[in-house]
Amino acid sequence: MPISLHAPGPVMSQVHGDTTVGSATHCPYCALQCGMYVANGEITPREDIPANAGGLCQKGWTAAELLTSPERITTPLLHGKPVTWEEALDYTAGRLRAIRAEHGPDAVAVFGGGGLTNEKAYQLGKFARVALRTSQIDYNGRFCMSSAAAAVNRAFGMDRGLPFPITDIGRADAVLLAGGNVAETMPPFVRHLTAMRSRGGRLVVIDPRLTQTARLADLHLQATPGTDLALALGLLHIAVAEGHADLGYLAARTTGFEAVRASVSAWWPERVERVTGVPVAQMREAVRILGEAGRAMILTGRGAEQHAKGTDTVTAFVNLALTLGLPGREGSGYGCVTGQGNGQGGREHGQKADQLPGYRKIDDPAARAHVAAVWGVDPADLPGPGRSAYELLDALGTPEGPRALLLFGSNPVVSAPRAGHVTERLAALDLLVVADFVLSETAAMADVVLPTTQWAEESGTMTNLEGRVLLRRQAAAPPPGARSDLRILGGLAERLGCGEKFPADPRTVFDELRRASAGGIADYSGITYERIAAETGVFWPCPATETAPEAGPHPGTPRPFLDRFATPDGRARMVPVDHRPPAEDVDEEFPLYLTSGRVLAHYQSGAQTRRIRSLNQVAPEVFVEVHPDLAERLNVAPGDRVRVRSRRGAAEAVARVNASIRPDTVFMPFHWEGVNLLTNPALDPMSRMPEFKVCAAALERCTGEDMERDA
Amino acid sequence: MRLVVVGNGMAGARLVSEVRARDRDVKITVFGAEAWQPYNRVLLSNVVAGTSRPDQVRLLGPRWHAEHNVTAHLGVEVTAIDRDARTVVAADGTREPYDVLVLATGSEPVIPAIPGVERATAFRTLDDCDRIREAATSARSAVVIGGGLLGIEAARGLAGRGVPVTLLHVRDHLMERQLDAEAGLILRETLGSLGVAIRTGVTVTAVRERHVELAGEELVDADLVVVACGVRPVVGLARDAGLEVERGVVVDDELRTDDPSIFAIGECAQHAGRVYGLVAPAWEQASVLADLLTGADKGARYRGSRLVTRLKAKSVELAAMGETHLTDEEAEIVRFSHRHKGTYRKLVIRDGRLVGAILLGETSAVGTLTQLFDRGGPLPGDRTGLLFPGVGAAATADNPTRMPDSARVCQCNNVTKGQIRACWESGARDVEAVAAATRATTGCGGCRDAVEGIVGWLCEQEGVSA
Repeated sequence: MPISLHAPGPVMSQVHGDTTVGSATHCPYCALQCGMYVANGEITPREDIPANAGGLCQKGWTAAELLTSPERITTPLLHGKPVTWEEALDYTAGRLRAIRAEHGPDAVAVFGGGGLTNEKAYQLGKFARVALRTSQIDYNGRFCMSSAAAAVNRAFGMDRGLPFPITDIGRADAVLLAGGNVAETMPPFVRHLTAMRSRGGRLVVIDPRLTQTARLADLHLQATPGTDLALALGLLHIAVAEGHADLGYLAARTTGFEAVRASVSAWWPERVERVTGVPVAQMREAVRILGEAGRAMILTGRGAEQHAKGTDTVTAFVNLALTLGLPGREGSGYGCVTGQGNGQGGREHGQKADQLPGYRKIDDPAARAHVAAVWGVDPADLPGPGRSAYELLDALGTPEGPRALLLFGSNPVVSAPRAGHVTERLAALDLLVVADFVLSETAAMADVVLPTTQWAEESGTMTNLEGRVLLRRQAAAPPPGARSDLRILGGLAERLGCGEKFPADPRTVFDELRRASAGGIADYSGITYERIAAETGVFWPCPATETAPEAGPHPGTPRPFLDRFATPDGRARMVPVDHRPPAEDVDEEFPLYLTSGRVLAHYQSGAQTRRIRSLNQVAPEVFVEVHPDLAERLNVAPGDRVRVRSRRGAAEAVARVNASIRPDTVFMPFHWEGVNLLTNPALDPMSRMPEFKVCAAALERCTGEDMERDA
Repeated sequence: MRLVVVGNGMAGARLVSEVRARDRDVKITVFGAEAWQPYNRVLLSNVVAGTSRPDQVRLLGPRWHAEHNVTAHLGVEVTAIDRDARTVVAADGTREPYDVLVLATGSEPVIPAIPGVERATAFRTLDDCDRIREAATSARSAVVIGGGLLGIEAARGLAGRGVPVTLLHVRDHLMERQLDAEAGLILRETLGSLGVAIRTGVTVTAVRERHVELAGEELVDADLVVVACGVRPVVGLARDAGLEVERGVVVDDELRTDDPSIFAIGECAQHAGRVYGLVAPAWEQASVLADLLTGADKGARYRGSRLVTRLKAKSVELAAMGETHLTDEEAEIVRFSHRHKGTYRKLVIRDGRLVGAILLGETSAVGTLTQLFDRGGPLPGDRTGLLFPGVGAAATADNPTRMPDSARVCQCNNVTKGQIRACWESGARDVEAVAAATRATTGCGGCRDAVEGIVGWLCEQEGVSA
């Protein structure tokens, strides 16, 4: 397929809505970033992208429906009334200036998303620090990858979701997946697990539910919600006790093993069994499977990570992987299965409260000097670290907190923990500006809504769960009226007096991102749109090598830890961690664990997928999964409307009764307003991740009275 | 505050680390009669069995005390408490003043008063384990006296090392405190099949050079004799200091003795009339006391523990908890016994709650049962699933030919059997054609076999009808 090197994608359409050339691009949804061709609104999977290798799930197949959806917004709204772009941008910039003048730069906050392209994520961080000069920027990726990121930065000195190509999974002999339901969240991922199992490899899944993924497993450990950390410590205890510790590897490539070994002495299997509910025999079997495999991998997902102890839980799984000698060995390793489309790239280029592009720390003077030079500003003018996502949302409209919020690519009314409270905080703002292409629940509250282009209507790069930088090409003409996020930021910057620093062309922005990331941990400086197109993706780090031309360009880094870890001494750091109970445990008033997750037909807050007819038919409404024993006790029948309550709120849902969940636990998907009214915003001390995956709840059948009131 | 802890075993060491985790500043001094860093006594049976090395059962690293600013006197026994001077006195002459004193002196093995018993080895400390392991290398036969938890673990460990071993028990069945007679019998048969000879209802009258002597003058060969006849709390220090002592040092819900400056935890303490011999209660007590001493939670109270016993012996799965001896008159008993397979399962239920259970031979239900027992959670009306996990769960991978048309075959693209049939009826004759028309198999690919099966079956049906 010919690649246009001058336009970001082969351009099409003379007439709006009628694209004439198909583009090789990627799916708008999850971090697998399946390759697909889009032509005239028709989608076909690409065979040349290893992540999906010709597969797509129903979300992918139907992604183009949103391009022509009647729910698409294409006119800016000011207090609910259509206005011109000039009016909307003038009003926004004027209010931002006034609020800043009265209350200082930190009175304006920015909230981004893990679905934004690298270019947008980069530009948003720069916009906050340079155009607004605010420290108050964070993003919904804090609710997603932050615990794994904190843990692996501590252990390996570098956070790249999978530090190996995804195809390595198919060549492994054993995989342990802790708290991930890939069969629903990213179905084509399962192809790699299937490839492994068809070669005789074994799959172990840890999950409180018998999920579609757990059904594929050779061994399912159905742990109590909030006890993954104890389970990991128990597995590590057994690995040491049964002689699976790779002492040569530990001596050569790690530090801290002795302290970790002593710390897990307290977590003998029978004790862990009592805490987790996982039988000792199953723990021993899991360790045997991993310990006897030639190549083995340990992967974690949100189920293990979205806890107030998520960082320590991931650390415990990393310690297990290191004890078995897996990371940095070809075909083996530890990896985090990234969730959002650009969850990986989105956390590397400055959307995070404490970071600058290239995965640099914002409080590192050298990092500040480098980035300030690229941005053409004085390092002293760059703000310092700001509040983390939930803390930022929690502070909105308070005397000490921001009074204005610019929000891109996120829907916190549905997706934030303790969402009822977050909605109150959003309502208390003097100014809420939301850029989106549908009227999400959060956009519906905004003073100003800025209609954006989406996915196939623009170009940019995405970094998938493997750390492979991909080119998402434009494949359709945007509807008149919609503007790209980059153009919106440019328009605002112009009104704030620095328009020249904010170009709207993605390739120009990417070239600047390359310079800003050069020398950082996530170094993109050697990556170009041309190389991505020619190589179907480039793994970072990929520095620009300008010495010795005969050496050729840097090839990118599929497996960054083969020779050394990215720590100062090149060794992985093992840190002892200890289990602790959930921030909120069950009691007489709230006797059930509530956990949350995804269903196959929807993505994130559902703002996109709930507007696609065929997906909505499959999963039309929020439900709660209840074990038959619990249903019997509470007199709940399948299909009944039930109310789930926690200390933070209540939500109604339709009961689904099945034995795939523990009798002490209920599950709700988070794609609708509902479960996050109940979730606990207790934060991990290190990653600032909220405790989405476990809180105490009560459940009861709605009475006839409730039904009438609702009607 | 100056905190002095007497005892560096599982309770004392736990308290020290829990206090330090909550408070960096409190001055801590700990005395341990053993010279070792604190180790995990629970794992000693692994050491005897040879599955753990002694250095693998350490609870704290060798530099832990120094790194955490704790003064540790190891191998130093405390001989007296001067309550007036608020000072402890150690065998080496050390006098250590305290504001708060915690006794965690643990227990000592009960050694029956029979002739020659000094030839036997107790099973309590790492030193004991060393002696047992060394003797086991040359012993042609061994006897373990005591058929409780520890005795069984020791006997199983020795048998695993290839030493012919006889387990002698004075009562009529093994682990009589935790097990009913039937479970005891099945356990006996299981151990027998693993090479442990068992004699119950026997009394040892003497330990001789190469054998032990039973009442009735019968002799049992033994180059090595291990005594596991239970433990008793070490309370001499407390008693000499005039503290209230019954079986253990009497403490209240704050773990406080009748001297407000002195506390006791672990196996030496007696709370609400009970002395516990397992680690879980000791650690719960350490946690409560650390909360109280550091002010982390002034409302913390210890209210007693529920006991779950898990035998740690290779190829013997055994869990027992709570009141296993209640009769049908006193409680609802659900029981499944399969002696031939060596499995036994028993639930003891009162007021719809699990108050006791035994699982022997097969313990896949143990996680669920211990949690129901610990939390006192309500039980399902049908108890079957508690004894047999998975029974009643939906069957998966149904035969495609018997599926209803509404059954979803492809989860990823939401394709039903009916849609595949319709697709076949309009001409599709292989998986590729079905995939092109319905997108089935294009997601995770896991339904490929099922789609193939349905298409093949439909083709076959066509052949039959034609």
